[in-house]
Amino acid sequence: MIQIFLKEVNEFLDSLIAYITIGVFLTAIGLLLWVFPETSVLDYGYASMETLFAVAPYVFVFLIPAITMRSIAEERKNGTLELLHTLPFTNLDIVLGKFFAGFFLVVFSLIPTIVYYFSINQLGNPPGNLDTSGIVGSYLGLFLLGAAFTSIGIFASSISTNQIVAFVLAAFLSFMLYAGFDSISSINVWADWSTYIDNLGMMAHYESLSRGLIDFIDIVYFLGIVVVMVLLTQMNLGFKR
Amino acid sequence: MIIAFEFERFTVSFFMSIQVSNLFKIYGTQRAVNNLSFEAPRGKITGFLGPNGAGKSTTMKIATGYILPTEGTVTVNGIDVVSKPLDAKRIIGYLPELNPLYLDMYIKEYLRFVAKSYGFNKALVNQKVAEIIEQVGLGVEQKKKIGALSKGYRQRVGLGQALIGDPEVLILDEPTSGLDPNQIVEIREVIKHVSQDKTVILSTHIMQEVEALCDKVVLINKGNLVADESLTSFKKRLTKASGFVLTFESPIEHQILIDAGFNVEKRSDTSFIVDGPAANLRSGIMSVITANDWPLTSLTQAGGSLEEIFQDLTKVES
Repeated sequence: MIQIFLKEVNEFLDSLIAYITIGVFLTAIGLLLWVFPETSVLDYGYASMETLFAVAPYVFVFLIPAITMRSIAEERKNGTLELLHTLPFTNLDIVLGKFFAGFFLVVFSLIPTIVYYFSINQLGNPPGNLDTSGIVGSYLGLFLLGAAFTSIGIFASSISTNQIVAFVLAAFLSFMLYAGFDSISSINVWADWSTYIDNLGMMAHYESLSRGLIDFIDIVYFLGIVVVMVLLTQMNLGFKR
Repeated sequence: MIIAFEFERFTVSFFMSIQVSNLFKIYGTQRAVNNLSFEAPRGKITGFLGPNGAGKSTTMKIATGYILPTEGTVTVNGIDVVSKPLDAKRIIGYLPELNPLYLDMYIKEYLRFVAKSYGFNKALVNQKVAEIIEQVGLGVEQKKKIGALSKGYRQRVGLGQALIGDPEVLILDEPTSGLDPNQIVEIREVIKHVSQDKTVILSTHIMQEVEALCDKVVLINKGNLVADESLTSFKKRLTKASGFVLTFESPIEHQILIDAGFNVEKRSDTSFIVDGPAANLRSGIMSVITANDWPLTSLTQAGGSLEEIFQDLTKVES
């Protein structure tokens, strides 16, 4: 597994994928947080990182599928998947190696934003007047969300040899799982069950973590999605032969 | 009795390192591999022949564990590739047909990646990479990216990939396809050199290659086994064929030849194998041809080459 992970990370670093992804993510977040008047902290008047945590999931919906779309689809198309399959790797090695490489990139794109915590911390009046536990929870939520999106992306990539198909499918699935259930739950017809429907989606769990209350259930929910997606991908690799 | 049984199993797995038994691969209604059984002995090179689409690659992919058989088993040194894929993969080196490679990787990076997959430690990995680069003749190009290499060198990288795990069994799917004549000779040398203590099975449809390399021939057509024998007995089929192959520009009335006392085997409307009493066979045939004014385009000795056995055994039966 570790060999596949290293190979994938090397590929990210060799190609422009890593730099573009991290660059675009940080630029977008930076602009929203500091420059654009509608969302900027400076105009908002409160020392809060709310903007980052509200916007990052939507950026992830597009960015993570872009990272993962090639991972298996390209190897299948080029025939190199046959190499991986005939070397002493298990299907799980291949899937986990690719998953962790994608997740590694997601983590790396998030780490620089921790700097914002310290800047906004200084902006508070008095300095340090910041909801630290909420921020820690939000970061945990973002990492878990990133992991879930990555696993969805890898799964989508294992379905088709076409990267565009993989991208669109991953973005759609990620979006529906993140925001879809929240919107569906607000339809009046099933008003009685709206909490349950809401809880099926990622947004409810992400927001619960953002409040700084780190609930075991929320962590299990995200890890559950990762496990299911990884297993589905592994099965898919096994079936298609 | 138990001892005898164990002994038998031991000898079988020892001498027959690849054993294909009653193998089927069915795609929908198409039988890509149809009840195929053969063995590839250790220390020998087995040539796996057949026309395109005969099921050679499918069989090899099953043997490497990449695709699953519909029915039947393949064992490699006694290890079943379906039930123990990981153990089997550790002792198999495989060069796939179109030689897929990571074009963005450097040669050494790629070979290191493959070597590590076998669980070698760092020192051994470096030693193996250096050895393989030497062995397959990549020395001059070793600093390049794979994408920058010519086809011949890419093929060497692919072969190096197959060899680096020090596999006991080598499965090479058309290792020399698309190479120039010099490169073919060089690659064959490498294969011959490494084959001494390994089991090698290679697919090809180049007959000279079989003659130059193989000890044993397995010929399949449309998924069915056609011949499974040593190269010498395969070649003996040559002497069986005698007479001449006649090819005409347009169809002829071959009954006339039969009436003239020749044995005629019809290959197509315009091509026949004609045999008869040894004395004056050629002039006898020629006189019939000139008498009837047939448009002869060629007249060659039958059974002249391995190609002919190949064509003979795999021709489309109508």
